[in-house]
Amino acid sequence: MANNLRGQVMRLYKTLLYLGREYPQGAAYFRERLKSAFMKNKDVTDPEKIQKLVARGDFVIKELEALYFLRKYRAMKKRYYEPEK
Amino acid sequence: MSGRVLVGVKRVIDYAVKIRVKPDNTGVVTDGVKHSMNPFCEIAVEEAVKLKEKKFIKEVVAVSCGPQQAQETIRTALAMGADRGIHVEVTGKDYEAMGPLQVSKIMAALAKKEDAQLIILGKQAIDDDCNQTGQMTAALLDWPQGTFASEVSLEGDKVKVVREIDGGLETIRINTPAVLTADLRLNTPRYATLPNIMKAKKKKIAKVNPADLGLDMTSRLEVVRVDEPPQRLAGVKVETVEDLVSKLREQGTL
Repeated sequence: MANNLRGQVMRLYKTLLYLGREYPQGAAYFRERLKSAFMKNKDVTDPEKIQKLVARGDFVIKELEALYFLRKYRAMKKRYYEPEK
Repeated sequence: MSGRVLVGVKRVIDYAVKIRVKPDNTGVVTDGVKHSMNPFCEIAVEEAVKLKEKKFIKEVVAVSCGPQQAQETIRTALAMGADRGIHVEVTGKDYEAMGPLQVSKIMAALAKKEDAQLIILGKQAIDDDCNQTGQMTAALLDWPQGTFASEVSLEGDKVKVVREIDGGLETIRINTPAVLTADLRLNTPRYATLPNIMKAKKKKIAKVNPADLGLDMTSRLEVVRVDEPPQRLAGVKVETVEDLVSKLREQGTL
């Protein structure tokens, strides 16, 4: 059980680190915050709590993907389409 | 009906990068600049993958023309769900001179070779802004075209395309095989996630030379010069209403 959770947390960290490469304020900024967010919870041992934290991480992934999509969509709209009246 | 869709993907300078013009005005600086898939091509890939998920088609083939790095763009398409890739290797002088006509010749040749049922392209690339490749490909193949698509649905051997036109939408029904070009509102492209990129490494990318397809890649276009857009002038602060009025008078706006 513990091993399984460890794998989940690692996957989450890797995925977030990968997503952070495109972060508007820069990858370094993102990495710092990401690391401190994970370090803050390093002493959590309750499996249920870890599950909850992983779920929150997955939510952040969704939010980041949506953020990147919107940023690109808005840039395209601004460049190629007339502003709506 | 082969159930095969060709999707063109172009590697362009990333949309978020500030473009710099070379000092000798022959083009823009591309060395050491972040590149990614053209946003409109992402929409085209997404549409093809969606059609496959809905079982309307069987196979999605991503095609890119360019140097070795074009494979990265194909990998992104594979990570988004395309089944295999074709890398048409165009390098050096040929790559610099490559325009919509050359690319459409390649797409037309590949469409015949692969017996494609549909070709989906982005409506234009964000680097040269040509908006010609889809139209030219359709012309070369003598296929019907549905350009600026904001909605696509397959109905048997016909395609219903809702097109974005000035001030509204137009719905057309065309025969397949056909060429479609994707507009911005067609769909929401999915993100190429890390595990999917890893999985995409196992998918196959075939390498083809334009010469193998029997194509003449010479260009009849000559780029005379490339210039930066004019700089926006700084504004001035005015202290009082009188100042404002006199400044406006000076400029002749009052």
